[in-house]
Amino acid sequence: MAKAGTWIEPHPHGIYVRPADLWIDPSRPVPRAAVTHGHADHARSGHGAVFATPETLAIMALRYGVDAGASDNAAFAYGDGFERGGVRFSVHPAGHVLGSAQILMEYRGERIVVTGDYKRRADPTCARFEVVPCDIFVTEATFGLPVFRHPPTSDEIAKLIGAVRAEPERSVLVGAYALGKAQRVIAELRGAGWDAPIYIHGALEKMCQLYAVHGVDLGELRLVSEADKAEMAGQIVLAPPSALNDRWSRRLPDPVTAMASGWMRVRQRARQRMIELPLVISDHADWDELTTTISEVNPKESWITHGSEDGLLRWCELTQRKARALHLVGRDLEEEA
Amino acid sequence: MKRFAALIDRLIYTRSRNSKLALIVNYLRHTPDPDRGWAIAALTESLDFPAVKAGTVRTLLATRVDEELFRLSRHFVGDTAETAALLWPEKPLPFRGGVGVGHVEGAQPQQAPPRPSPKGEGELTVSEAVDALSSATRSDAPAVVASLLDRLDADGRYALLKLALGGMRVGVSARLAKQAFAQAFDVPVDDVEELWHAIPPPYAPLFAWGEGRGERPDLADVAFFRPFMLAHPLEEDSVDLADYAAEWKWDGIRVQIVRGGSETRIYSRGGEEISGAFPELVAAFDQEAVIDGELLVRGEVQGGEAASFNALQQRLGRKTVSKKMLADYPAFVRVYDLLAVDGNDLRSLPWTERRRQLEAFVPRLAASHFDLSQVIDASDFDDLAERRAGARDAAIEGVMLKRRDAPYVAGRRAGLWYKWKRDPLTADCVMMYAQRGNGRRASFYSDYTFGCWSDAGELLPVGKAYSGFTDEELKWLDKFVRDNTLNRFGPVREVEKSLVLEVAFDSIHASKRHKSGLAMRFPRISRIRRDKPAEEADRIASLQAMVT
Repeated sequence: MAKAGTWIEPHPHGIYVRPADLWIDPSRPVPRAAVTHGHADHARSGHGAVFATPETLAIMALRYGVDAGASDNAAFAYGDGFERGGVRFSVHPAGHVLGSAQILMEYRGERIVVTGDYKRRADPTCARFEVVPCDIFVTEATFGLPVFRHPPTSDEIAKLIGAVRAEPERSVLVGAYALGKAQRVIAELRGAGWDAPIYIHGALEKMCQLYAVHGVDLGELRLVSEADKAEMAGQIVLAPPSALNDRWSRRLPDPVTAMASGWMRVRQRARQRMIELPLVISDHADWDELTTTISEVNPKESWITHGSEDGLLRWCELTQRKARALHLVGRDLEEEA
Repeated sequence: MKRFAALIDRLIYTRSRNSKLALIVNYLRHTPDPDRGWAIAALTESLDFPAVKAGTVRTLLATRVDEELFRLSRHFVGDTAETAALLWPEKPLPFRGGVGVGHVEGAQPQQAPPRPSPKGEGELTVSEAVDALSSATRSDAPAVVASLLDRLDADGRYALLKLALGGMRVGVSARLAKQAFAQAFDVPVDDVEELWHAIPPPYAPLFAWGEGRGERPDLADVAFFRPFMLAHPLEEDSVDLADYAAEWKWDGIRVQIVRGGSETRIYSRGGEEISGAFPELVAAFDQEAVIDGELLVRGEVQGGEAASFNALQQRLGRKTVSKKMLADYPAFVRVYDLLAVDGNDLRSLPWTERRRQLEAFVPRLAASHFDLSQVIDASDFDDLAERRAGARDAAIEGVMLKRRDAPYVAGRRAGLWYKWKRDPLTADCVMMYAQRGNGRRASFYSDYTFGCWSDAGELLPVGKAYSGFTDEELKWLDKFVRDNTLNRFGPVREVEKSLVLEVAFDSIHASKRHKSGLAMRFPRISRIRRDKPAEEADRIASLQAMVT
């Protein structure tokens, strides 16, 4: 049997699709890139033309300014796509953040799906992951160890609200990645009935506005920089993780430091970051989601891009599935997971 | 188990002592017997289940989870109990089919053993868990632990495994637990201190007494702890030696040795039992009495006299002691008070009377392990000050002043006992690294590593301090660190070597731990020397001259 997937080439800085002369999520500037989603480790600036969902293009334009909105760029809604060099490309929901997509490529009767980052559980801020049958499934593995099982999001949100109510003279400061996690935490809070204003760090403002423009209702948001210290007592404040223990936090009333991340599952990780309230809320598939997804997609081969490849490879071996690790570089696993 | 697991979880992430205290108080008030007693015993590491060890858990995991996946996970998590708690296979979440949990069908060398049916119904209680673990044998321990884990969620499994294996590491000392008990039931902490060690877990009579449902437990024939009498720092210019007796203040650890019934126990200042670390003292103390004294190590360098605190540190914090340790660092107690003898409580007697009885009592103890702390025979206060200034003994930390007519009372009472430490030593050092603090100081660089110059002109670290400055000075230091950062290593910043800090410390010792070969005791920042150029800070050689 001929070797599968010979028309795509995994390189440390991205996946090259030879017949189409196009890169997927390249970590350095290229003439043509298909981008799965707007996180900086997948969407870099400086490409010639970018193919992505309209939301991802909007996010890139917001982050990188005009060059990401070049005239050669093309936006595709979920299910749509284009053909280039005999390869048929289409985008499908990945459930990771607003606009995140899996990219399906069909060439000479072979189907390859590149997931980018994804999760399976419901998220009020983005379309839910769809299983796309394929021959080669190129999957992430951020949480590719069986210790990573994210609890139900509603439990973690209840924990957050409980912590605010328990100490009404303090604020709870939640570290959440500026794109995706922050908006999801806000939307989940709204879904749980938290209708008080939510205070945000200036670095989150524009992305929250972008989400609102795309129809994600985040309720009333206020900037910490424009608020009185006293009014934030008993309230929820969101900031990028880097601001948690920095001087910026001194303007809050005795904040309880929380962090929303899949890494919070491991106590030592949370302690190292001096987190008092760990919230296991992740935009990445946990172990059960990763393994279930491979089972459901049931590809001939699984290629594992980044994260704990060894764990997922071992699972594939145990379940007699063909798999290999790609060792892509430049993936930022710490902050946004 | 849910409440206990939640308590542990909160304690892990809570850094302030007062917040920890509040969490335990709340737990003790709202949890029924005997669960709360077992829980507090587990927190203070007072439980031991000999049949259940880390190996038991590893063996057990191998029956449910692929060994390679366990190894990879253990490597990532760094703790066996936590890895096992997280890995333990549960039912998959509802959104998908039945495939793909941490264990892999058909891939294991053996199937999981049939689960023993859980004894109890509903939620597993802490006491059920304790019963099951303590009746387990080596051979059925894996099955027992498995049946318990099957009834718990991930947090519960973590709590159970920490309960079973120890190593809780949530920062709860026996002292904190006793304070929480006193606060929870509004009883005097001194009484709690006395009763605590007299009653085994789960402390049912103690809770009954605390809640006013029972009598104060009877302590006859029990080697119970008496709360220590403590001293204030001397702030007056002088005291009249007609009213106060002077003794040397020894630089060891304060201990109380109690023999009651047929048992001898050694308690540290916090009321923790440390008998296991000093078996030779337990064996040598054969009189029905309670003494208060300083535990020291005999140092060869000092010609058989008490060695510095540095030597004593070799003996601290050990559960068992090797023969070599016993031989290299022989411990003895310098006795300075007698709280009870031959069944008589002496605590209400004045110091003069207790001292008279003490002097008569000490010869009844083995001279190899016990000696009498001498009273300093000074003619007046000036004479005493002179002797204090001239004391060169490594084990002398200063002078104690004890009111001659004072009874032995728990805690720190005004005017009864004073400690008059030797003036601290100081050195001018250069700030090298800074690290953020905890809690309220989390956004401040408040922990400083500083160094002195070697002969080769290299700056070598000599210590680390995080106190001694005012809030204003802290703000200034924090800004200095941020404005003068050279490098960042995780939470640590390396700074421009330009700021001189005057560091005060009680003593300085040779140490292999630091490149400078020195270690300071109680270093703190005494002054910020903005006026002094870094090149003029002290040399390592001048610090070496202060080594005791």
